[in-house]
Amino acid sequence: MHELSICQSIIAQVTQVAEQNNAHTVTRIIIDIGPLSGVEAPLLQQAFSIASAGSIAQDALLETHISPIRVRCNICANENDARANQLLCSACGSWQTTLLSGDEMLLKSIELEKEEYHV
Amino acid sequence: MCDTCGCNVTEANRKLVEAGGKHARTKSGNESIEVLQNLLHENNHRAAHNREHFDKHQVLAINLMSSPGSGKTALLEATIDALRDELNIAVIEGDLETENDARRIREKQVPAIQITTGSACHLDAYMVHDALHELALDGLDIVFIENVGNLVCPASFDLGHHLNVTLLSVTEGDDKPAKYPVMFRASNLNLLTKSDLLPVLDDFSVQRAEQAIRHLANPAPIMQISARKNLGMEQWFSWLQQQLTHYREHLAQGQTLLPDIQREGQRLHATG
Repeated sequence: MHELSICQSIIAQVTQVAEQNNAHTVTRIIIDIGPLSGVEAPLLQQAFSIASAGSIAQDALLETHISPIRVRCNICANENDARANQLLCSACGSWQTTLLSGDEMLLKSIELEKEEYHV
Repeated sequence: MCDTCGCNVTEANRKLVEAGGKHARTKSGNESIEVLQNLLHENNHRAAHNREHFDKHQVLAINLMSSPGSGKTALLEATIDALRDELNIAVIEGDLETENDARRIREKQVPAIQITTGSACHLDAYMVHDALHELALDGLDIVFIENVGNLVCPASFDLGHHLNVTLLSVTEGDDKPAKYPVMFRASNLNLLTKSDLLPVLDDFSVQRAEQAIRHLANPAPIMQISARKNLGMEQWFSWLQQQLTHYREHLAQGQTLLPDIQREGQRLHATG
């Protein structure tokens, strides 16, 4: 259940960004995770409701985007989608590939409601 | 670091975050702030700090990961016995409860710090940081960090170590790398432990285990060892010596060593 640790980390970062921008509410949090990050989106959603309680983001929508797993072949330079436990080149069958995407754990952006300042 | 250079932007998400992408503006009129930080930003920051601390003392830190009961502590006991005259070793032990493992290591007259995580299923950089306050690094060559026995969660957390070693005991089944790809993709060395039991296990194929690891695009060495019966241990000891030399060469050039996955991520995501 390391998703709870990750959510606590998200809340800490979001709170910091909100404070820097004089925001009073966080309305949306957009994250990007890959299947090879070891983070499960449904568990993250459950953990978020616990971790966000009482925070500036307690009513925020957590929007999760799943990145595709893509590899580039080190032998023939082909690029293709792959399954998490079959990171193989679809052209030459080689296992000597490099991951292009699929291991992301990225806090991409957040939406804020800001304080109005009058001078 | 990742939050400023945008190195977490990959080919998959670039179009979403660049100007005009669907995250650049909001439907509701609220302000959208681009963050582009790793979800474990704070942990990774602390991990980098831990790594600097190890590097300052020229101590190679190795993260041992596996299922519970695959023989991590037995491996450490045998390694300490065999290399006692050549290397100064210390151990950081991670478990949910008990000091049992640290006690086993201390019986070998080697410093051991026990981290009890309570209900946490993994070690993180903060726990290792606290343990480092209790451990004198001067004069040490290698610190082994024995992670919580778990093939899932520990793989996601950088502790500030330099190398990942993953153990797979032959009693667990040869399909474990296919079932737990995140863990086995991250290993710099794979140890097939309890290899003395292979003759009585007709359902574990070393070849199938190797193929499953290769299918994760992991080129790391795979060694069959038995710590209890002292089989294949020499190759493990030589690997440790090679890595220590390699690490010290990096330090001499003002560089550190990052576990393969972190290094690959930094290179790719910064230039890709």
